[in-house]
Amino acid sequence: MAVITLTSENFEEEVLKSSEPVLVDFWAPWCGPCKMLSPLVDQVAEEKNFKVGKVNVDDEADLAEKYNIMNIPALKLFNGGAVVKESVGMIPKAKIEEFIGV
Amino acid sequence: MNDIVIIGAGTAGLSAAIYARRAGKTVLVLEQLSYGGQIINTPEIENYPGIRNISGFDFATGLYEQATALGAEVLIEKVVSIEDGDIKKVVTEEGSHECRAVILATGAKNRPLGLAREEELTGAGVSYCATCDGAFFRGKDVAVNGGGNTALEDALFLSNYCSHVYLIHRRDAFRGDDKEVQRLKDKENVEFVLDSVITALNGEDALDSVSVKNVKTGEEKDLAVKGLFVAIGQMPDNAAFAGLVELDDHGYIKAGEDCLTGTKGIFTAGDCRTKTVRQLTTASADGAVAALAACSYIG
Repeated sequence: MAVITLTSENFEEEVLKSSEPVLVDFWAPWCGPCKMLSPLVDQVAEEKNFKVGKVNVDDEADLAEKYNIMNIPALKLFNGGAVVKESVGMIPKAKIEEFIGV
Repeated sequence: MNDIVIIGAGTAGLSAAIYARRAGKTVLVLEQLSYGGQIINTPEIENYPGIRNISGFDFATGLYEQATALGAEVLIEKVVSIEDGDIKKVVTEEGSHECRAVILATGAKNRPLGLAREEELTGAGVSYCATCDGAFFRGKDVAVNGGGNTALEDALFLSNYCSHVYLIHRRDAFRGDDKEVQRLKDKENVEFVLDSVITALNGEDALDSVSVKNVKTGEEKDLAVKGLFVAIGQMPDNAAFAGLVELDDHGYIKAGEDCLTGTKGIFTAGDCRTKTVRQLTTASADGAVAALAACSYIG
C-alpha cells in the first residue's frame, strides 16, 4: 500500500478518521536510525498491504508535540482515532511486523 | 557452508567482511538489529582519515554497500550460541550456520542506569542520545548523567536548546577534557551536581523528575526535569560467548592487537574486545586484522 506523507492538514483525515489501522513513523532527515528504519517500514507496508504514514518531525513540530515525541524513530499504531501501540528506536523488520500484528 | 561467519554488522564486522571477501573467502554476516552499529547515531564524523566529513548513516551505508557488492551476505538474525569444533555451528534464533572460522564483532552498547522504570520511560523522557533527541526538549529543563567526554559534549549541546541543564556525576572531577569542563562552567544555564547518583526516575506517563543522592553527605533531593540523557559509558554484549572465549571482568573478549582469542578459529574485532581506544579507525583496523588472521587460519 502506498506510503502517505502526513501533515497537520491531512492527519485527521488519513489517520484519525481512517477506517483501517495506520502505522505512523515519526522521523527526521538528520536521524540515522530513522533512515535505517524507514525503508523497512515501507517494505512492510508494501508486503503486508498495511496503511503507513510518515511524519517529518522537523516540518510537523505540532504533530510531534501533540503525540509527545521525545525520541525518534518512533512508531505509533493508530486504530479508531487513538494510539493503540508505541515503539521507540530502531527495530528489525520482523519486529515491525510483530508490532502491527501481521 | 561459509568459510567465515562474522557476528555483528558494525564497522568492525563489515570491514572484516570486505577483507575476507577480497581474500576470496565466502562470508556471512549476522546482525541482530541493523547494519552500521553505533555509528549510525552520529550526525557527523570528522576524524576518519581520508574523509573530511560524513554522517554516520552515510558512512555505515557505504560500508554495507561495499561489503555486499563484494559478495558478503548479511542476515538479520540474533546469535544465541556457537558450537565449537573444526566446523563451527553458529546458532541463531532463526536457525544455524556452519563455518570454518568465526569473527566476533559484537560491539558495545550504551550502559543503562539499571533503575526501575528506566525501560518504560525510555522514549518518554529518558534518552541515551542527546544529538538524536535533544531538540525535543527545547526550552525545557533536562539532566545529563555521566562524567566522560560524551556526557560533557551532551551537556554542552543541550545547553544550546534547553533552559536549564543539570550535569549529574558520581565523582567531584570529570574524566573528560578540561577544556570541555571549562566551557560548561562558562554556561549560565548549566549546573553541576557532583558526588551524586540518580536513585529514582519519577513521573506517571513521562519523566517529571529524577531523585539524586549525594554520596558524600547522604543528602537527597529531586530535580524537576523533563529529559534525562544517560551517558555513563558502554557495555559489551558477549554473554552468549562466555563459555567459548575468555571475557574480562567487564565482559569484553580478551584479545590483543592481533585479534586472536584463546580459542582456535575464533577471532574478535572492534569495541567488543579488550582495548584502550574504541574509535571508528580502530574498529575498521581490527576488522582487517581479524579477517586476515581468519583467512590464514582457514588456509
